[in-house]
Amino acid sequence: MSATVFGLCGAVAAGLGLYGVITEAQPLRKILAFNVFGAGVFLIFGVVARRGAAAGFSGDPVPHALVITGMVVAFAATAMAVALLLRLFNASGTATLDADTTSAERDSTDT
Amino acid sequence: MTIGFALDCGVALLVVAVGGWTIVARASFAAVVGFVSFGLLVTLAWVRLAAVDVALTEAAIGSGLTGALLLGAAARLRGNEVAMRAERPGPALRIAAGLFAATVAAALAAAVLLLPDPAPTLAPAAAANAGATGLGNPVTNVLIAFRAIDTMLEKVVLVLALVGVWSLAADRGWGAAPSPPCAAGSGDKTAFLAQLLTPIGIVVGIYILWEGADNPGGAFQGGTILAAMWLLVMMAGLANAPAISRRSLRLLLIAGPGVFLVVGLGGLWFGAAFLAYPVAHAKAVILIIEFVMTLTIAATLALLLAGPPEREASP
Repeated sequence: MSATVFGLCGAVAAGLGLYGVITEAQPLRKILAFNVFGAGVFLIFGVVARRGAAAGFSGDPVPHALVITGMVVAFAATAMAVALLLRLFNASGTATLDADTTSAERDSTDT
Repeated sequence: MTIGFALDCGVALLVVAVGGWTIVARASFAAVVGFVSFGLLVTLAWVRLAAVDVALTEAAIGSGLTGALLLGAAARLRGNEVAMRAERPGPALRIAAGLFAATVAAALAAAVLLLPDPAPTLAPAAAANAGATGLGNPVTNVLIAFRAIDTMLEKVVLVLALVGVWSLAADRGWGAAPSPPCAAGSGDKTAFLAQLLTPIGIVVGIYILWEGADNPGGAFQGGTILAAMWLLVMMAGLANAPAISRRSLRLLLIAGPGVFLVVGLGGLWFGAAFLAYPVAHAKAVILIIEFVMTLTIAATLALLLAGPPEREASP
């Protein structure tokens, strides 16, 4: 029963994160929202693991191991995304993903 | 309704509320602080789901390291934020995105409610084979032995991510040391904290690695604590970050996946399959892999957070 509550909680968190990924204009906020999305998906994994409790274990260890691996990979991807974002900011002076703004700024620095 | 169930409902509501706040908050810095609290609440949810290994990882990596990384980025992008707010999409797109996200959330919720009963599980298989490795923690067993290839490839992903981050260095910065975000204006206090906390942190990190054989813990959690201690020392200015061109550093970074690969190929050569451990010495081999892996994880995570080198290399 408790596991189901956290499953629904994970589903809502995933929805919130997805909304943020689409609607946020700032890349940093997109990265943040993507991490909320990921946390929700991981929680659903946790519910599947908890329901699989058997053989004296309090949960199925295989999804647990998958989630631990997933969290480390998610951090690596986040670090890569933040590095790209800061490089864009250092190179162009703005962190926008809007193609028009970036090309306009590049033209203005070229001339 | 028992107290435990009420507690679970409360934690779940808080997770959703704080998670929603990190999406709608106006200032990025505040949103990132919200994300760190969100991570800690999710950690509580993992404890309630009886997954202490995952809870430790979420607290250390999901909330701690990711939070520190995003806080540093938010501080540097702060000046650009007001200009970016004008780029928020119009109400029509926001409503459409809201409907789409709600549909996905509803589908996930339906999937959770309609999970098969009895639940499929590999727990009996993990329990039946636990004796082969001599480890008591089923999650460590899966990570290091039963699904070792996942863990090995994940180490490769970490190294690739670091190569990606470093490749973003400006030409003049290539080969220099990265400059981790320093705690400006509080030098003495940070230095004191770093001197006080680091020895304790190192002991705790190694303890968590060692205990991971039989209790919640392991290479990831211990490695993250060691990474945090190294970062603290670098941020306090007590030690400089190593130049990324240094050979000893690069050897350390590939040691984890390297040892894993050597053991794996040894399994192919002497034993039954890739990554098949010698049965008589399984525990010793696993401990060697875990120890080397912990050092590699600590170095890689800390350097991922420190980012690409930006200052010019000193001759």
